[in-house]
Amino acid sequence: MITLFIKKALQDISDNRFLNAITVVTIGLSILIISSFSLFFINTNALLNSWKQGIRVLVYLNSDATEANRLDLRYQLQQLQDIQELTFISKETALERLKSQMRNQSALLENLKKNPLPDAFEIRIVDASRELNQVAALAEKIKTFPQVAEVEYGQHFIARFSHIINIFKFVGYALGGLFFVATLFIIANTIRLVLYSRGEEIEIMRLVGATDRFITAPFYIEGLILSALGATLGLLALFIAYQLILSKFQSSLALASFEVQFLTIIQILIFIGISMLVGLLGCFLSLKQFLKN
Amino acid sequence: MKIDDNALIRMFRVSKHYASKPALINITLDIFKNEFVFFSGPSGAGKSTLLKILYLGQDITEGQVLIDGMNLARIPRHRAHMLRRKIGIIFQDYKLIPGKTVYQNVALVLEAKGLSQRFIQKKVHSVLRTVGMEDRKKSFPLSLSGGEQQKIAIARAMVGEPRIILADEPTGSLDVDAAHNVFELLTAYHKRGATILFATHDKDLIRNTKHRVIFLNHGRIQS
Repeated sequence: MITLFIKKALQDISDNRFLNAITVVTIGLSILIISSFSLFFINTNALLNSWKQGIRVLVYLNSDATEANRLDLRYQLQQLQDIQELTFISKETALERLKSQMRNQSALLENLKKNPLPDAFEIRIVDASRELNQVAALAEKIKTFPQVAEVEYGQHFIARFSHIINIFKFVGYALGGLFFVATLFIIANTIRLVLYSRGEEIEIMRLVGATDRFITAPFYIEGLILSALGATLGLLALFIAYQLILSKFQSSLALASFEVQFLTIIQILIFIGISMLVGLLGCFLSLKQFLKN
Repeated sequence: MKIDDNALIRMFRVSKHYASKPALINITLDIFKNEFVFFSGPSGAGKSTLLKILYLGQDITEGQVLIDGMNLARIPRHRAHMLRRKIGIIFQDYKLIPGKTVYQNVALVLEAKGLSQRFIQKKVHSVLRTVGMEDRKKSFPLSLSGGEQQKIAIARAMVGEPRIILADEPTGSLDVDAAHNVFELLTAYHKRGATILFATHDKDLIRNTKHRVIFLNHGRIQS
């Protein structure tokens, strides 16, 4: 029976080629937009996580801090559980580093009468405590030590980046919802058009004893095929776009030591699966209404 | 009117109104197994409505209808196929699917029952041979004459071997020879034990018949 239904569905698709091609392309575009957002979101999240992995906390000491203050602070920091590695960077070392980083402009620093940089401790945090809120809590705690002038861990940049990701996430969800509804109506409408064009045939099928299941099964299969084809087309377009962008920006991405990922097989299958579910739902809505009439 | 418990089809005080206009009024009748019954009367007498009620094409306004023990009022819409598989229906306008071949139109009845393709193939060829249309199995309905199309409709009605055939003006749009062929095919099927309900306004067809004739006029049985 299932072979018969598949045959009928394929025959229907072939009979209404133009309508079905438009449906597949429209579903493909919806999936392309949704999957683009997903891909962007997945990669920016990975980027943020890689930054978090390399997070360092810099604890600047007061300018009037004595050797005793420094040792005292080291002791206090060593007592904290979240700390994996603690390195002291004297103001002299910091200035040397700055000079080597500035290279061409190092002459600017030559005429300094006094080293303006403070002594500092560089802290590397244990893996389990690298969440932004945990780092923030640790920084707040360190700030309360009397020898500490300032604590820095790139919080402003990370917070801003997280904020941008959240905006994209929100836009992604909104667009995802919008295209979900659009895909649903496209499928429902395509099936409805086919149903109305074959209204008399369906009525005859009923009169000769066909069940609703016999009549509707090929339409469900048609919906599944169209949505799977649409999703595959959309993901294929995304892959081509990904390859083009990757080849264009490969050198700059390599410098940033970050590898842009494509969707995994599981994620691709999830996209196709969701699209097929939407296809089924679209068919269900059309057929329910049609059979009621 | 006396009601017989052995009736295959029983209609008891059946009325049907379209809006406020009555199409059938207080119809009570029994039709027995292997009976051939003509329903005759002028256009608008209620012949088609009566047949439509029997295949659940129309609901009744009042009364009760039983077919082979099934109370039609208790068959929900999604179960209508259970009744329709016991009935073969023939229409004046054939109601063949234009996009399907002769073979596919006839096979549809058996496909809907979920039977194997091998069985379907055998059965469809056999029934097309019976109606003399086996050589046209690959043709599409619109390429056939009216008489040929009606033969295909009869083949479709017979292929499931139903116990009841409802024929709604099957000769209405055919010439004399084609009408005679249709009548002969239905008579042959009746001889194999089927019950035939034949609605017609063709007086020549019923003039010398030995079968029961029920006259309808303005929705009432006249004799």
